[in-house]
Formats: sequence, C-alpha cells, structure tokens
Amino acid sequence: MAMLSLCGLSDDTLFKSKCEVEENEAFETFQSDNTVNQMNLYSLPGNPVENMRMITARDTMGRPIELNFHHGTTTLGFLYQGGIVLAVDSRATGGQYIGSQCMKKIVEINDFMLGTLAGGAADCVYWDRVLSKQCRLHELRNKERISVTAASKIMSNMIYYYKGYGLSIGMMLAGYDKNGPSLFYIDNDGSRTPGKVFSVGSGSIYAFGVLDSGYKWDLTDEEAQKLGQRAIFHATHRDAYSGGIVRVYHITKDGWKHIKNEDCDEIYDRVKNEAK
Amino acid sequence: MDTIIDRGAPKARNFEPYASNGGSIVAISGKDFAIVASDTRLSEGYMIYTRKQSKLFQLSDKSVLGCTGCWCDTLSLTNIIQSQLKSYLYDHNTIMQPNSIAQLLSTLLYSRRFFPYYVYNVLAGLDSNGEGCLYSYDPVGHCEKVNYTAGGSSGVLMQPFLDSWLGNRTAENPVTEEEALSLVKDAFTAAGERDIYTGDEVVYNIIKKDGIKTGVVQLRKD
Repeated sequence: MAMLSLCGLSDDTLFKSKCEVEENEAFETFQSDNTVNQMNLYSLPGNPVENMRMITARDTMGRPIELNFHHGTTTLGFLYQGGIVLAVDSRATGGQYIGSQCMKKIVEINDFMLGTLAGGAADCVYWDRVLSKQCRLHELRNKERISVTAASKIMSNMIYYYKGYGLSIGMMLAGYDKNGPSLFYIDNDGSRTPGKVFSVGSGSIYAFGVLDSGYKWDLTDEEAQKLGQRAIFHATHRDAYSGGIVRVYHITKDGWKHIKNEDCDEIYDRVKNEAK
Repeated sequence: MDTIIDRGAPKARNFEPYASNGGSIVAISGKDFAIVASDTRLSEGYMIYTRKQSKLFQLSDKSVLGCTGCWCDTLSLTNIIQSQLKSYLYDHNTIMQPNSIAQLLSTLLYSRRFFPYYVYNVLAGLDSNGEGCLYSYDPVGHCEKVNYTAGGSSGVLMQPFLDSWLGNRTAENPVTEEEALSLVKDAFTAAGERDIYTGDEVVYNIIKKDGIKTGVVQLRKD
C-alpha cells in the first residue's frame, strides 16, 4: 500500500475486484446525502412542483394528503442614520392551524449579521444554516468577516440553484461590515436587492403602511425601534397569519443587539390606553 | 403478422406514495424528566390494521422519538436515523446527545424536501444538564424546541387542552412528573372519544437520568 501511494496510484484501481469497487461507490453515494453536502437534496425526476402536487393529491384511500408545512410571516427591516432595525412577528401556521406562537424568525448568522425569515419555515431555517456555515468558512479562509453583499450573493445563488423547485423563501439579510450597514432582500425567485426599507410576508402590506408613514432617515434609535415594533404590531392586528410576540433587533457598528420581545396582546393594551 | 397491439386509449397512471395511518403523540418535558406517549392504533381509512403498534422509537438511553403519519415513511426514516446514530457512535465513541439528534433529524427530513417524508415527529430526551427537552417538527424538518406538544391525527384536539393546562407555567411552578403523566392520560382519553384514528392503548416513556420507564394505559377499543 505504501508503494502504491508512493507511485501516486489510487488503491481502488489495482488489486481490487470490480465488485469491491462498486460496493465502495455505492457506499460513497449512500454517505453523500445532505448531512455531508447540504446542496444534495433528493428529488424525483420531472417537474418538482408538479410532482409535489401529484403525490399529495391523494393517499391510498383517495383522500388528499395534508402536508402542512409551517409558514412564517410578517418581517421588516430598515436602514436609518443609527444603523438597521429589524422587527418580526413569531407566528408559524400550518394551513389554518397555528403551529407555534413563539417561532424565532430572526436567525443570528454571526455577531454582525442577521437574517429574517418569511415563507416556508423549514426552507428558510435550512438555507440560513447553510449560509452560516459558508460565512464561517469564508471567515476562516480569508481571515476577515464576510461582507453582507457577498453573503447575500451566496444565499441567492444557492436558492437560484433550486429555482422552480417550489421553495418558498423571502428573507432579509442585514449586517454591518467594512462598507458600513447594509440591507438586502432575497427571495426564492432568485431576486436580490439592496435597499433601505423592506417588509416581507403576508402582513407586509399592513407593516408598510405604518412604516412608510413614520419612516425618515433621521430617526433616533428609540424612535426607530418603536416604529419597527409598531409596524409589526399593526400587521399582526390585521393579518391572521401573523401574531405572537414582536421581536426587535438593532444592528450598529458594534454588531447586533436584541432590543426586546413583547407580546402582541400586551402591546395592544398599551397602545389602546395611550393618549390619542 | 400484425405487430401493433391495441392497448386502448391512453390511461393516466396515478402515483400515490403516501398512506395516512393515523395515530397521535403527546409529549411533555419537565425539570428532570421528559415524557412522550403515543397511542397504539394503526389504521387506514376505516380499517384498523393493528391495536398494538407503538409509535415510539428509542434512539438512545436518553432520547425517544415519536412518529405519526405515513407508517412506511416512519419505518424508513427511523431506520435511517438509527444507522446514522450508529455510525456517529462508531466515529466518535460517544452516544449522540438529544440536541444533536434534533438537528440531524431536521437535516434528514429536509433532504427529502421535494418528496417529503409524511411523518410528524416529536423528539423527547434529557439534555447534557439532565433537563428534559422536547423538539417538535413539521414534515420537511422545521424544528422547534418546546415544553409540551401534541401531534398526529388528534394533535389539533389535544394541543389546546395542553395549552390550557401548561400554557402559562413559570420556573417557580414547573410541571411535575405525576401531573404530566395524568395530563397525557387525560389528553388521550379525550382524543379517543372524538378521533377515529386514536384509541386502543397509550404507551408512554418517561425519560429520566436513571433510565426510561415504560407504561401502558388502556383506551377505548371501538
């Protein structure tokens, strides 16, 4: 064996029966599932969306299969003079059923970058985790933190690879890097846009209403955090798919900071009693 | 010779890989224990296949997985998890901790994002501090750490019941093992009255640091 490696020969090629080699290959294929390579997802031949529709159309008894994936919902983020504010709700729905009222829709990618998630909960969490890994690898290889621009490009490239497969992702990537604060919107169509004010999810129309009316560049930190919270709160009030608690995060040059979690019910009582 | 065989008009072939086999899971975690329970009825449509099939799978001395949904997917998934756990054990010479199993399960479920396992999972265990921990999943691997959960065909019936009893517990008023067990029993007796896919027996596993205790409670057999 030492001689083989000295000659630069792979030990697969010599001395082994074909059967043994094939067995090895089969084992390698078995091993290379997505626990080894995260981009390696199993899929049936044909159109993935059409396949999904077909296989869930009915079970063996002729009833429709209810694969109720958890879906998440109202998120917003905006850039202003003091950094970036992100605010999200915490409801996860599977169809009409509220699967969770305390889901974490802000993912901490590293100390200076956050991702928000809207759309399929599993899709978002899985790909955010893969992104975290890629960002960490970038950091180790290049001895500096990855820029938000680069991270968002990695994310959108990964998602674009699976375009048309039926993923449902609408995420914002926010962070502070050597170019200052930046905010990106990425979705499953492969779009990737930098911007100042974003809101994503079924409640985003309501959140935008409040956000746009109160937003200006010169907001103070407290005003900005309050505005973010208020926009999400009003969205949870009108959108049935949003609710739970409102989480607010703030990103500055020192990294991200968790500002507060407040229950929508408590915000409602507070807002109701506030002087008009 | 006529070689063309008349096969008639083209027919649509349906591919129906999933079956809905019913069954429910309830799990509650506490300060130094976790309890997970399932009913033992396996059915399809109006047919009861067996009254004695537990849906709990012991993964290690500190973790138990409960699965409901499509039974064949459950068998396939649990086989894959068991083999992954074995290879982890041989690679690292340690048994995988429940929090790692939780992530592994999430990744494995997501590997079939475009042809999902039709399985609702609940993973119960004791974490490295000896505290009870509980993870609940959707079919494509969204994982959430919870204190109590109900899933499967009677999940929607039992979850509000658990919410009303356990929804606003604080650290000063934790749920005890006896209380948790009686809640589990009550939840299943109630579900057995109203869900055709839940009944026969309840098997429960109580995971504590000195081992897993198993018990059976009888439910309606009709």
